[in-house]
Amino acid sequence: MATGTEPPRAPSPPARGTGASALTGVRSPGRAAVAARHLRTDRWWLQPAGTAAGLLAFVAYSVWRAFANADYYAAPYVSPFYSPCVAHDCVPMKGGADWDVFGGWWGLSPALLVLIFPLGFRLTCYYYRKAYYRGFWASPPACAVAEPHAKYTGETRLPLILQNVHRYFFYFALLVAGVLTYDTVLSFRDADGAWGHMGLGSLVFVVNIALIWAYTLSCHSCRHLIGGRLRHFSKHPVRYRLWGWVGKLNARHAQLAWASLVSVAVADFYVYLVASGVFGDPRFL
Amino acid sequence: MSTSTGAAASATSYEARFRVWRGDADGGGLHDFRVEVNDGEVVLDIIHRIQATQAPDLAVRWNCKAGKCGSCSAEVNGRPRLMCMTRMTDFARDETLTVTPLRAFPVLRDLVTDVSFNYEKAREVPGFVPPPGVAAGEYRMDQVDVDRSQEFRKCIECYLCQNTCHVVRDHEENKTAFAGPRFLMRVAELDMHPLDAAAQAGLDRRRTAQEEHGLGYCNITKCCTDVCPEGIKITDNALIPLKERAADRKYDPLVWLGSKIRRRGAASGPGA
Amino acid sequence: MTQPERSQWDVVVVGAGGAGLRAAIAARESGARTAVICKSLFGKAHTVMAEGGIAASMGNVNAGDNWQVHFRDTMRGGKFLNQWRMAELHAKEAPERVWELETWGALFDRTPDGRISQRNFGGHQFPRLAHVGDRTGLELIRTLQQKIVSLQQEDFRETGAYESRLRVFQECTATRVLKDGDRVSGAFCYARDSGDFFVLEAPSVVLATGGIGKSFKVTSNSWEYTGDGHALALLAGAPLINMEFVQFHPTGMIWPPSVKGLLVTESVRGDGGVLRNTEGKRFMFDYVPDVFKEQYAESEEEGDRWYDDPDTNRRPPELLPRDEVARAINSEVKAGRGSPHGGVFLDVSTRMSPEVIKRRLPSMYHQFKELADVDITAEAMEVGPTCHYVMGGVAVDSDSAAALGVPGLFAAGEVAGGMHGSNRLGGNSLSDLLVFGRRAGAHAAAYAGSLTARPAVDDVQVDEAAAEALRPFSAEDGAGTPSVPAPDSPGAQAPPAQAPPTEAPPAESPYTLHQELQQTMNDLVGIIRRAEEMEEALVRLGELRARARRAGVAGHRRFNPGWHLALDLRNMLLVGECVARAALERTESRGGHTREDWPSMDAAWRRVNLHCALADPAGTLAAADPERGQIALTRRETPPVRPDLLALFEKEELVKYLAEEEFHE
Repeated sequence: MATGTEPPRAPSPPARGTGASALTGVRSPGRAAVAARHLRTDRWWLQPAGTAAGLLAFVAYSVWRAFANADYYAAPYVSPFYSPCVAHDCVPMKGGADWDVFGGWWGLSPALLVLIFPLGFRLTCYYYRKAYYRGFWASPPACAVAEPHAKYTGETRLPLILQNVHRYFFYFALLVAGVLTYDTVLSFRDADGAWGHMGLGSLVFVVNIALIWAYTLSCHSCRHLIGGRLRHFSKHPVRYRLWGWVGKLNARHAQLAWASLVSVAVADFYVYLVASGVFGDPRFL
Repeated sequence: MSTSTGAAASATSYEARFRVWRGDADGGGLHDFRVEVNDGEVVLDIIHRIQATQAPDLAVRWNCKAGKCGSCSAEVNGRPRLMCMTRMTDFARDETLTVTPLRAFPVLRDLVTDVSFNYEKAREVPGFVPPPGVAAGEYRMDQVDVDRSQEFRKCIECYLCQNTCHVVRDHEENKTAFAGPRFLMRVAELDMHPLDAAAQAGLDRRRTAQEEHGLGYCNITKCCTDVCPEGIKITDNALIPLKERAADRKYDPLVWLGSKIRRRGAASGPGA
Repeated sequence: MTQPERSQWDVVVVGAGGAGLRAAIAARESGARTAVICKSLFGKAHTVMAEGGIAASMGNVNAGDNWQVHFRDTMRGGKFLNQWRMAELHAKEAPERVWELETWGALFDRTPDGRISQRNFGGHQFPRLAHVGDRTGLELIRTLQQKIVSLQQEDFRETGAYESRLRVFQECTATRVLKDGDRVSGAFCYARDSGDFFVLEAPSVVLATGGIGKSFKVTSNSWEYTGDGHALALLAGAPLINMEFVQFHPTGMIWPPSVKGLLVTESVRGDGGVLRNTEGKRFMFDYVPDVFKEQYAESEEEGDRWYDDPDTNRRPPELLPRDEVARAINSEVKAGRGSPHGGVFLDVSTRMSPEVIKRRLPSMYHQFKELADVDITAEAMEVGPTCHYVMGGVAVDSDSAAALGVPGLFAAGEVAGGMHGSNRLGGNSLSDLLVFGRRAGAHAAAYAGSLTARPAVDDVQVDEAAAEALRPFSAEDGAGTPSVPAPDSPGAQAPPAQAPPTEAPPAESPYTLHQELQQTMNDLVGIIRRAEEMEEALVRLGELRARARRAGVAGHRRFNPGWHLALDLRNMLLVGECVARAALERTESRGGHTREDWPSMDAAWRRVNLHCALADPAGTLAAADPERGQIALTRRETPPVRPDLLALFEKEELVKYLAEEEFHE
């Protein structure tokens, strides 16, 4: 029977004029003959366009700041783009994370040495993958809107198979978040290293680190490692509970991804404003 | 109650404009209909009214009309939907509704498509492997351990996820290698089943997910989750966990090392 | 005419719901080459609509439960009209059938100690229904479907072909059971998509086609429920029993109109939902009949205590058997105490927290939210009775599920009669499917294996069946010389409207005929019945039958729903007449049969089964004369209940059901 449970018959040769190669996807022979690539009437393009614009804006900003190699420290604040600062020529940070582990040969901005980790974490993040596959690659641009590519192999081969390394970046992201936490703690000292300080910058840092942690812990790899990989939750009650909490955060992974992206840029920009003297850090304590 | 306004509103029927795809594998096109719409109706009601009054041979597949069987899948204004769960109040009265068959599968006639691709894929997933030595009636499972698989078993097999997934929708040639979200979710369901004994039987579901069912084709763009009428979190709860499980066995030496040490330390059950 | 394609099988199962799939599994596991034919896609059967659960006395929640208690509840629910041997087998075997599902991968909700959880339901003394939230039917179908797939995978490993021993013909309809003399020789079928005819040759045919609800206007049943199996059996010469017993589920949705009749699961009441009229009164306390007085609470306080402490309190009357609740709602509405859309209020919002409601009744929450814009966690539902289930069906042997008088014909599930007596308890349907589906499949395979020669398919019968199936295409041709449209020539058949021959009356729309049939059955043979109305119904059915001969369809044979409906009309008309005739004959009220003119139960009727058979088996179904019916009724006395089973009841209870002389036998 034609609606059998057997495999479909080989598609009949293209009946409609043009060459076979042009008829793929939703216009494949045998499928309902509809010329339009999609029939959506809503503003489906808004989301991918917004995503692409947002990500591009962040990339532009971060490229400028990462290569600037200037105005990233205004005691007690260090820009999250430059922490930990592991090159030889970092600005001294008074107990901050300026560890000269790389030596003097590195001539470029020290930001590039560390940014690779959060960048990799976000680049391989399951949410960002969705966002840029849709926004930049148009693969697909939106649901039920035909993608322009003739061929698609997904994440089955190089380079995209490397997306599977997400969990290593997660491990590193934990370290980076730890350092940024340290920076945030140090932001409660004044420029001379005495405790008891609190400026607007300290608050910016607290908000930023909270969002960074929330984003990092809401990661799908984290959810898997903390408990998702278990088969019997009943035998691991503590991990089950943790998995439940991470799951709640994970449901907001996309929002946290954007919120932490904005907050990290704001934190950096705040440091830039203070360091470049545009603005003095208002102190509360 | 909110329904009490319904009686008063029942006089508010109107005439809607529909464009319905009619034809078969050899060709076809959108046909215009003007048809009455009454209070509380869904798109499937309108298709049935067209059938009963204007086009008696209009082919449409449906069954329960309650969102439980997953038969009446179609595309309404370009979006994959169950027609029985798409209310007319979701649309403006002056809007023209375009209804086409699912566009990822071969069309049979009018709104009915040949969904045998899905039955073929279902056959490629090995079923539940009962635990040896546990008699019927002796199965013991905790609710927290069955919760995850139960979510996936809510699936009504409407195949909207299979239809909307660009991997096969936009690339006919991927149909051989890719099982689609519904059947990758089935693999996840079995891999999370607290008593599935596939591993003892020499079947590694994580390996087959990647090597035989095309897990790597999924680029987690989440359209399957968006269209699921049952609200199953296919991507977050099935596909990504399955990718992570595949990564466990293939790409993560820490996890690999951990399991080696533990296995040597004590004979804990497979899969913890 | 091109000859229909033929294929040979040992067992053909008609229907792929719970009973059909379970029968197919049993037949295939008994070694029979088995074909399943179903009208919908594989896995879409109406069984998915079952919400509450599978009744089986596993005793996981209350250890006091056992098969005897289950048997007792089933007999009480059916008002002792049940084919008691079926009720016995059902109660005994249900737990095994449920446990077996777990070994095939089913995931039921669990008790704290890890066993299958069981919930309360109307008419069941203990929590007994194995369930998965409120989508138990879906779990059942999916499990059976996946079991069939794994059997096919097994066959693939051994033979290289998935369908070598078990094949599903989906989206196909059987229109005739073929016979060689008295014996079954196969089934005549058409594929809905291509319109092609084909013949499945087999010595055994298992009917598992479900019910008849589509003959009624307000129904919870899907389009498939056109009484196909009932009609196939009648036409093959097998009698139907108890057709007057049609269950109206008390709680169907009543608004909006497009979903009127859609089921609101009984679990809503089992989990604490209460029924109120517009005065806010829990009216069910006024409707507890004498036979149930001892088992139900007399005050709201006692009823409420029961949910937490069922051992020292009696259950609330909202959990009476379905027939009682449906009648009570009907009476409240008639008395002017109904809700705005003509029902009553079913409320869980004041009794459970929103979280609990969403967890225990997810589909109901979803259904009302999506379809009626009603948030059941915040407001009451409006509900009213809806045609839900037919207790009557093919008369079968209790042990083997074999139809009477037609060797090789079997029936299981809703299409089989007897098991539920005059009224079915909720949850007993899914267990019925499993218990008797398995029995039917196994016995069908055994019967096929016992034959030395295969019954032959008669070419004349095949040609007649083909001509009958094509008649709607030539309806405008009054004289009835069917020109045969080839499946691939859409132009071969002019639409009826375009070329009306001068003398013949215009073709009838099958859609119109169907609507009129539904209205007739709903209004005249509905929940409350009167002799004059049923007589009127028989007249109207006769007229519809004559008009249905002229039901015509446009277009060609490929996936033509108008044509399919025209063919289904024959079955619905046959079944409708069975219901009306039997209901007119039975002058008492019992279970799913309520006579306004005969309001009480009559012990003398308890031992009487009404058998429906074709009045003129040799004749065609032409019935040009609308007056002449197609159905003949005979009264049959049921065998007395076995003494050890009777001994399970108190004498005080038995006197309410049994006639005086039955005690002396």
